[in-house]
Amino acid sequence: MKKKVRILWLGLMTCNGNTHSFLNYPHLEQFFNDFEFIYHPIIDSEYSLEDIISQDIACDVLLIEGAIADDFIKADVLGIDIIKKYSKIVSKIVTVGTCATFGGIFKESHYKNVSGLHFREDKRTEKYNHLFEKTISISGCPIHPETLVSTLYAIKKGLSLKLDSYLRPKDYFAYTVHNGCTRNEYFEYKVDNHHFGELEGCMFYDHGCQGPLTHGSCNKILWNEINSKTRAGLPCMGCTEPSFPKQNLFSTKKNMGIPEFLPVGVNKRVYLTLAGITKAFKIDRLQKKLLDD
Amino acid sequence: MTDKKQQKKEQIMLASLGLFATKGFYNTTIPDIALSLKMSVGNMYNYFKSKDLLAKEIIKFVSSYFGKKIKVINEENISTKEKTRKIVEIYFQTATVKPEMLDYFLRIYLSTREVFKDGCEGMICVNDFVTEIMIYFEEGVKCGDLRDQDFFNAFGLFMGYLGGMVFLQGENVLPKNLNEYIDDVTDNIYKALSV
Repeated sequence: MKKKVRILWLGLMTCNGNTHSFLNYPHLEQFFNDFEFIYHPIIDSEYSLEDIISQDIACDVLLIEGAIADDFIKADVLGIDIIKKYSKIVSKIVTVGTCATFGGIFKESHYKNVSGLHFREDKRTEKYNHLFEKTISISGCPIHPETLVSTLYAIKKGLSLKLDSYLRPKDYFAYTVHNGCTRNEYFEYKVDNHHFGELEGCMFYDHGCQGPLTHGSCNKILWNEINSKTRAGLPCMGCTEPSFPKQNLFSTKKNMGIPEFLPVGVNKRVYLTLAGITKAFKIDRLQKKLLDD
Repeated sequence: MTDKKQQKKEQIMLASLGLFATKGFYNTTIPDIALSLKMSVGNMYNYFKSKDLLAKEIIKFVSSYFGKKIKVINEENISTKEKTRKIVEIYFQTATVKPEMLDYFLRIYLSTREVFKDGCEGMICVNDFVTEIMIYFEEGVKCGDLRDQDFFNAFGLFMGYLGGMVFLQGENVLPKNLNEYIDDVTDNIYKALSV
């Protein structure tokens, strides 16, 4: 029988959203032929959390879900002590989700020094520097199950993944969510004209969509293999970014009509010049319902 | 386009601006412009195929002239009020030193829309200028100096006011020199736009 990769899924300050998202992976049966959880918060596993804490159990990959704080207690011990112990045992660590990567919403809590494993928002923290080389980040609120599983398979096969500056695999995070968005025509011609849940209109201009400034593959690798937020008519909320969550996620912050946050790498002058040109044209096709006769 | 050809084009545009300001747009012909530059009419058409195309190039030229000046102001590390003053200053100084430029904008571009309707839709031909004004507004709001409001509301207030003053100057109605209004006009605009 081939050897399975042994994984410890450690949940710290978390809502368990990534745990649940993982359950939507459509090929779990195949996954469990190749991987086994020595412990998982909701999937039956060989050991209990008590065993994990009281013993040193052989393990290949440590998955950390949830933000990390100096004083956060998990099963009567400090969460950071569990990380310290298992980080020595495993060959790879994966931060699962935006909280484990950047601190996420738990930065607002009363716990001490809340952050991701290596970052607090976009600032590097120094505490776990010695683990930097063995860490891969999968940000997202929640993570895309395909991204996590594919990364685990890359680890299993010993592939060398190209990572961005936040340790995220470039294969999934080099693009923006705008890439593959079915509303690109509306973006190009600056047509918002959107109503939540409808097919028409770009949500960047008024409805808070952060797709053009968010790194992720949501519109290339669809959720549940069928859809994405923007395709369904909801703005991208920038959940993979260090700054997540921002406020007022359903409206675009503007100064005198100009979006405060522009698409990644686009200079303000260039953006305004293009906007000025495209806004001069009224494209009738984009003003009406797509499925109208 | 070679530098030499571009220089010649600019020379033609400047000569045209002068003629439009004195004789009027419709009363000025391509042969008039050629004559003023001692060029043959045939050669003129090597640079501009028609008077309408020339007209569109001139408004882009004027827009670019102001755009470059305002860009310099936008990039200065000064308060929004100081930027406001400098924009007013540039506008009024240009109206004094190069009146044909603003004359063209106010009396030809804004009131001869039939010439500009194809190729200069919306603000395409004045994009360089409008982009810099947008940046001035956006940065003013962002740093907390200006009130957030509809762009066109603010744009109309600022540019309508300046255009009106220059128009009155052109009609010889103003009792004082245009430059003497810079401080008061700046105060009025800033009070109207600030938080």
